Amino acid sequence: MNELNLDAAPHIRGRSSVSRTMLCVLLALLPAAIAGCVSFGRHSAMVLLFTTFTAVFTEALCCLVLRRPQTVTDCSAAVTGLILGMTLPPDIPITYAVIGSAAAIILFKQLFGGLGKTLVNPAAAGHLLLLVCFMKYMTVWRDPMTNAVTYETPLTEKGATYLDLLLGNTAGNIGEVCAVGLLLGGIFLCFTRIISPVTPLAFLGSFALLSFIGGYDVIAQLLSGGLLLAAFFMASDYSTTPLTASGKCVFGLGCGILTFLIRHFGGWPEGVIFAVIIMNLASPLIGRLTRTVPFGAVMPEKPAKKEKASKAAAEQNS
Amino acid sequence: MKRLNGIRLPLRKKTEDKPVAALPLPQYVRIPMLMHRGTPCVPTVEPDDYVTVGQVIGKPADDMAVPIHASVSGTVTAIADYTLPDGNVVPCIEIESDGNQTVSRSCRPPQLNNRADLINAAKESGCVGCSGSGYLTYQKFAASDKFTMLIVNGAESEPYLTADCRLMVETPDDVIGGIALIMKLLKIKEARIGIQTDKPAAIRLMSDAAEKQKGISVIPLPPLYPQGAEKVMIFHTCGVIVPEGKTSADCGILELNVGTCAFLYRYSQTGIPLTERVVTVAGSAVGSPANLRVPVGTPVTDLLDECSCDYDKMHELLCGGPMMGQAIANAEDAVILRQQNALLARKGREFPEPSACMRCGACMRACPLNLMPTEIDRAFEQRDLRTLKQLHTGLCMNCGSCTYVCPAHRPLAETVTRAKAAIAQD
Repeated sequence: MNELNLDAAPHIRGRSSVSRTMLCVLLALLPAAIAGCVSFGRHSAMVLLFTTFTAVFTEALCCLVLRRPQTVTDCSAAVTGLILGMTLPPDIPITYAVIGSAAAIILFKQLFGGLGKTLVNPAAAGHLLLLVCFMKYMTVWRDPMTNAVTYETPLTEKGATYLDLLLGNTAGNIGEVCAVGLLLGGIFLCFTRIISPVTPLAFLGSFALLSFIGGYDVIAQLLSGGLLLAAFFMASDYSTTPLTASGKCVFGLGCGILTFLIRHFGGWPEGVIFAVIIMNLASPLIGRLTRTVPFGAVMPEKPAKKEKASKAAAEQNS
Repeated sequence: MKRLNGIRLPLRKKTEDKPVAALPLPQYVRIPMLMHRGTPCVPTVEPDDYVTVGQVIGKPADDMAVPIHASVSGTVTAIADYTLPDGNVVPCIEIESDGNQTVSRSCRPPQLNNRADLINAAKESGCVGCSGSGYLTYQKFAASDKFTMLIVNGAESEPYLTADCRLMVETPDDVIGGIALIMKLLKIKEARIGIQTDKPAAIRLMSDAAEKQKGISVIPLPPLYPQGAEKVMIFHTCGVIVPEGKTSADCGILELNVGTCAFLYRYSQTGIPLTERVVTVAGSAVGSPANLRVPVGTPVTDLLDECSCDYDKMHELLCGGPMMGQAIANAEDAVILRQQNALLARKGREFPEPSACMRCGACMRACPLNLMPTEIDRAFEQRDLRTLKQLHTGLCMNCGSCTYVCPAHRPLAETVTRAKAAIAQD
């Protein structure tokens, strides 16, 4: 007779896996990525390929050098690389794209401990690094129709129709122009329950509300810039955002408010990346303040109240 | 009404339409002295003694036990040590069957007139929670004298298991009879029977049987694991939340398994204590899964042989369901316990190695009690007892849902159990 397996319960497992989750995210990113490549041509496709493969290669190398279990097969590095690529302008030199991608994995992912231990979204941080280092190349876009170089995106420029914004016929970063693709991907992730709809809804909702109050064109504001990509694919990142629904709501609201402030009062061309990173930094704190209330749990009385009560009782006694 | 989180499991209940069959009488039985949640019993027989069915062979040493009875008539051949699936080593009485199943003369239908009689009967009959928990039923009865509601658990939410389902389909009147008896003696006005909707026949037959009695209703529940967990069952059938540190008895609720109710009814009629039970034998290594009625203490190999188990392919033998059951180390030695509802023999399956948590929160969405397994996992890794307490780790009932859903294949339920132990030690 065979030696019997003595593992602890449960003795059956579900079929989910990290790589399956990440592959779904990659799939969800594809429509917007492909639309971007169609709009901007071969160079933008090369940018996406290079950022993705650099991320994968760097992850594998890091695991080898740091003597960690090899995690390249979980596809999380590919997701980071692809998202980073999608936030870059179509004509960015490949070298810079590669630098950004490698930095995202090394500095912002592996040095923090790898998947699940990151503090800031690696793709967002990689983008920010490139923005502050190579601002000249990070703020040049191209009109996909006329191929004319522009230093403006529809955020500042007037004239793009809603249809242009939806389909990606505007100047902008590779993966950010096609709003339809991003929405499709985001809805797919929500329906497969890979991401919670709470964060994107809070993010987009608070931003839309503020834009409305501020008297801006709400739909154009929502569809332009990196807002949709950030709301569905960065603000929903697992390890850099709070775990609970209430936490996610606070996180999304914060992102929306910050994005609005930076877009309209800040000096930067784009606000979402900053907003996401700032909220990422606040995430551990939000997480601690928004824990779940377990079923039937008896929550401890707040010590301050107790002290007050005992003080009052002591005063009464005296 | 708000529902607690639950997960959908592959049910694999292939035996739900197969009538319960009696296993041919085993040649010998080995009866461990601990087949309940509590302390071991003390053997009251010696080798070479002749015993009859229903005769007490192990008496309780304290209040945390109920007597253990001989399940076959025959001669005591040995008293040896026995290792239970949970690792406890207890004395074990081996009885060679004489094949007659002579019933002890002490087995007489009990006089049941009031609450004290019922508590006493539950004690004398060796009645324990029949769904695998092994809780002492008499203590449940004694926990309160002001029960307002009886919840009867017929959920059977674990995969494979169909013993309770067959019981409800084949003998619904025994279950209802037991419920009516308990209601009468404990003066409980209302009883609710929770049954998962994956057992439509059981719901129909139990509803029909319940109509004859006043105050008994059947509540259909969605097939979400762990529907059969006590707190979940109580909340979903009557909306009562059992708070941390309190028991269901504190809330005026008595929660029993359908098997326990049916057994008490039969005991009230025949006076034969808990000496046999129905066990679901299933799993991928079993050729013809079945529900078998067997004497307590029957060697598991007898059941596996009967169900044409492929021993060469068997890599895992479980006492209980696949979610909460315990692995048995040695198939040759193991016997059927009186609280055991299933015996699963399964082919080997390698689980993927655990990887780093990606903080997706799937475990939190799965946890019926709304705990945060991933946070407990992290806090336990850092031996942060304060945070563990803040996270209400002690509430966990170890249903295993978090481990089941974890995409990183982390053994979360096991970690939470260890965290609970660490808190208890502190």
